[in-house]
Amino acid sequence: MARTLAMTSGHEPAMVWHTETELPKGTDLVVVPGGFSYGDYLRCGAIAARAPVMDAVRSHAAKGGLVLGVCNGFQILCEAGLLPGVLMRNAQLRFICRDVHLRVERSDTPFTRGYNAGQVIRVPVAHGEGNYIADGETIAKLEGEGRVIFRYSSPDGMIDPNFNHNGATNGIAGIVSENGNVLGMMPHPENHVDADIGSTDGRGLFAGVAAHLGNAA
Amino acid sequence: MKARVTVTLKTGILDPQGKAIEGALRSLGIDGVASVRQGKVFDIEIEGADPAKAEALLKQAADKLLANTVIENYDVKVLG
Repeated sequence: MARTLAMTSGHEPAMVWHTETELPKGTDLVVVPGGFSYGDYLRCGAIAARAPVMDAVRSHAAKGGLVLGVCNGFQILCEAGLLPGVLMRNAQLRFICRDVHLRVERSDTPFTRGYNAGQVIRVPVAHGEGNYIADGETIAKLEGEGRVIFRYSSPDGMIDPNFNHNGATNGIAGIVSENGNVLGMMPHPENHVDADIGSTDGRGLFAGVAAHLGNAA
Repeated sequence: MKARVTVTLKTGILDPQGKAIEGALRSLGIDGVASVRQGKVFDIEIEGADPAKAEALLKQAADKLLANTVIENYDVKVLG
């Protein structure tokens, strides 16, 4: 993730330890990366969501600052209350580690301006708990407000249960907050930014954010 | 004081782990199991001797951390 951020923005990201209580001055984007946190005991991301630094992340988001959570980062943002809903155990109970296709639902957000609406991108997933659920009212609100911005799809962009790898409600792979400045997504766009790896489909997200923040590489 | 907080999935929330356990029970030949839902139990020792205070504290703990109230219910019992 750090390598991708440096490559796409031309700036080295600052690393912030979980026990810190402030973000570096001038922070424009907070990224909560994937991996595992605190063994994911209790629930995925539950303990990390209560880490001291999260208050600073919350106030950054409240001021309109951009926040991106990927994989465990998405789970942490949900547990922290920055995004609604929760990521449950994959419906098929298997850890999924492979490339998937996502349909980009909107191009008018800071995170997706590097894509066209309806575009299909191929990015990897690696998770055991990516099955997004929320109560019916929340799902209706997310859909009604166009806050589902990535959805699992077939390679040609069809939304089909066969391509809904983890059983997520409505094939939801990524959602934004009410103000659109917080994005959580299960797939890893940061891993597909280099042609040597096989795909650069993830680059659009970071290039878009960099352009939005006015420091494109 | 000893207390127990039980966290269970809300009705209607899909529980793939419970389903897997249900299937395993069936394959063991343990008949008559209609369904299984998996939950969590926290045994907690509380300082002091005021049950009302203990219950309030445990409810706070459950709301803030032990349960995710989007998907889970909890029950607090102060055992004395």
